[in-house]
Amino acid sequence: MSYLTLFAFLICTIIIGYFIGNRRAVGMRPAVKSKLPENKLHSLPGFHGTYVALWCGIPSLLLLFAWLFLEPSILSAMLGNALGDAGIGLSQDQLELLKGSIRRAAQNSQNPIDDTLLPVVESYKNIVNSTGIGGMVVIGCGAIIGLYFSQKKIAQRFAARHRVEKIFSIIMLLSSLVAVLTTFGVVVSLIFETIRFFGMVSFTEFLFGLHWSPQIALRDDQVASSGSFGAVPIFAGTLLITAIAMVIAVPIGLFSAIYMSEYASPRFRSWAKPLLEILAGIPTVVYGFFAALSVAPMLRNWGVDFGLEISSESALAAGVVMGVMIIPFVSSLSDDVINAVPQSLRDGSYALGATRGETIKLVLLPAALPGIVSSVLLATSRAIGETMIVVMAAGLAANLTANPFQAVTTVTVQILTLLVGDQEFDSPKTLAAFALGFVLFIITLCLNILALKIVNKYREKYD
Amino acid sequence: MTNLRAAHIKKRYAAERRFKMYGLLAIMFALGFLAIMLVTITFRALPAFSQTYVKVDIEFSENVIDPDGAREKVQIAKADFQKIVRDGIYALFPEVTNRKEKRKLKKLISSEAGYHIARVLLADDQPDFEFIGTKQSVWVKSSDDIDSFIKGLIRRDVDESRRRVNDQQIGWVDQLMADGRIEKRFNWDFFKFGDSRSPEDAGIRGAVVGSFFTLIITLLLSFPLGVLAAVYLEEYSKPSKMTAFIEVNINNLAAVPSIVFGLLGLALFLNFFGMPRSAPLVGGMVLSLMTLPTIIITTRAALKSVPPSIREAALGIGASKMQTVLHHVLPLAMPGALTGAIIGMARALGETAPLLMIGMVAFIVDVPTGFTDPSTVLPVQIYIWADSPERAFEAKMSAAILVLLFFLVIMNAIAVLLRRRYERRW
Repeated sequence: MSYLTLFAFLICTIIIGYFIGNRRAVGMRPAVKSKLPENKLHSLPGFHGTYVALWCGIPSLLLLFAWLFLEPSILSAMLGNALGDAGIGLSQDQLELLKGSIRRAAQNSQNPIDDTLLPVVESYKNIVNSTGIGGMVVIGCGAIIGLYFSQKKIAQRFAARHRVEKIFSIIMLLSSLVAVLTTFGVVVSLIFETIRFFGMVSFTEFLFGLHWSPQIALRDDQVASSGSFGAVPIFAGTLLITAIAMVIAVPIGLFSAIYMSEYASPRFRSWAKPLLEILAGIPTVVYGFFAALSVAPMLRNWGVDFGLEISSESALAAGVVMGVMIIPFVSSLSDDVINAVPQSLRDGSYALGATRGETIKLVLLPAALPGIVSSVLLATSRAIGETMIVVMAAGLAANLTANPFQAVTTVTVQILTLLVGDQEFDSPKTLAAFALGFVLFIITLCLNILALKIVNKYREKYD
Repeated sequence: MTNLRAAHIKKRYAAERRFKMYGLLAIMFALGFLAIMLVTITFRALPAFSQTYVKVDIEFSENVIDPDGAREKVQIAKADFQKIVRDGIYALFPEVTNRKEKRKLKKLISSEAGYHIARVLLADDQPDFEFIGTKQSVWVKSSDDIDSFIKGLIRRDVDESRRRVNDQQIGWVDQLMADGRIEKRFNWDFFKFGDSRSPEDAGIRGAVVGSFFTLIITLLLSFPLGVLAAVYLEEYSKPSKMTAFIEVNINNLAAVPSIVFGLLGLALFLNFFGMPRSAPLVGGMVLSLMTLPTIIITTRAALKSVPPSIREAALGIGASKMQTVLHHVLPLAMPGALTGAIIGMARALGETAPLLMIGMVAFIVDVPTGFTDPSTVLPVQIYIWADSPERAFEAKMSAAILVLLFFLVIMNAIAVLLRRRYERRW
């Protein structure tokens, strides 16, 4: 039996519930038509129907989701029981491996399995079937019980309308709380692993150490003592690439915004602005591809021509491409704030005989400065958190250097390389990724809050 | 005096012209970069759309395929079809006897050719076994190196030690060409196959289907949640500390780096809840958390633009708050909400980093058939190929990028159309 059938069954019960509620309410409609409230249904039949449908659907759907979440772990525990003696003496990983192969064998008899395990496979199949049917029966019964009790409540003076309204507003409140829950989840999942990491590696070493090589610590089976979790080279690398990106993005973005808002004809604006925004819509993996396979070799060749040594995974290539990617972030926000400067300021400046350029430089830019600064801050946070471009173009070597022609690494690259692939969750290597993620989260959060603060302060000035 | 002033004004005007030019140059730089990038990728992608085939005369000798003569599909499927294909190519050049040279000769055709032939011949449940014992001309795929050579990506004039095809192999290819045994065809397999270790067999079907499943989960989760949250914040909530807190959270979530969502998915969904790795289900859940703020923000803007008179009219004739919202306000705001959803989906489609963290980076050949099958998505497929040493994957990557951009263009076009068609000015 599949979940789809169960889901279809639930949907059917919900619809039936609606009609039962509706019918019952219609049947209770008093025969005498009068304006007296005692002689009228409190709520329209539709509300009664919805009330029944909600009681039918919400508990059973919640049960269904809970079941979907819990089923794998329940099955795994029961499989562990079914294994009995065969599972004794195995390590956690071996046990998981064994369970996996039994699962595959149960799904498809073509999959190879040791003959001694065949009875286990058979009993596992039975377990899967019986728990599956059990779960479905429970969920289905939940729906029917909900339907039965809620339709019994329907009466002439039953305030179905108020109940339904209440339930709906609670559902809405809960869905808006998902955003809060997500933030909470991010913080919690980062903070626990980070605390565990700092139990193994000292805080000062992480923040001020100059040497980063997590792999070595793993190989020597040493915790922390190898002294290789100094994150300064990573922070420096992130800073270097971000700085290069901003050197590209800020002037170009700002000049584009100025041209768009002050010089461009409406026709030019109407096609150039969407085109510019395409840059923000292109997936970052595409930029990464372009940086790694086109820009980096090109820079390398130029370097050879000019007698410079440019590494094929240079900070420059990643930084330049990232800079282009964030041009629209700077330009569209700056464009908005420049446009928001009141026309009277422009008119006043022109009346004094200033040229357009002088008006922009001396009047508009100072007036729009807070907004521009905040757009630059937002773009910076974007650049710091950007992953794919640096992963593909900037390399893994944790060099502590300010030379843009060399390979550096960034926070995001390290998080990715530490976590992709096989992981064990008690080595400082994987936990380091969470610590780095925490640092990343805090920094971008601060930048965003700062940017929002600046914008809000500025808005009050003209409104 | 007047001269001085004229000179000064001239200088100011020159400065003005320069300033204006900087602006134009900035825009042109950005657009030029975009154009160069797209053109480069398109040109690099072209080789991936065709594939070189070699005609080989294959002898399906009974001794190799079905020594028992039982004609059973299961047994025949296990036969050494690779050897048959190998013998076929050796037969084309009987003069080659040296083992080392034979190995070079073998490398002219795809290392998977035998499996393909077996799959085609045994596709039916009850295949007729008439091919056994016959000799047939079959077009098989060339290896990726020969393919690159035919397409001119590996050049003859390069020193032999620096190219992957040696002079002897070039000689063979020339001879095959002269015999009309080499043909370039449109590479349908690129759209039909999943990933593969050999570039000539690698396709994007698995990644596209994986992306599709992932986006469905994302849409199913984030759209209802986002719209409900937006309705609550815009229509129901009164200004309070809690509402302000929720709003701050939403705005911050919109700016959290995507990789942090990947960490969340790894720590919470995979390790804590024990959900399956590499599954579109988990990928969709992570991406829906990312698209949620986008949908909430755009839906709120759409709700805000519905004039209050509509609400007042509905409430005035006795509609409840819920009826007002569900029957009147939300339908009017729907185009805006849908536009937001499509834009959010487009962004989710291009997202790579968080999906790498939850294991969607695994090498998966099979096309996924459900939400919990291990799978990958288009941008991650591009990243996986970028890590492969074979040069032929470069073209595959570019082609996959084109496919990805094609989907993005379609989604954005739908969003623009929706906005144009249904946006109302009050």
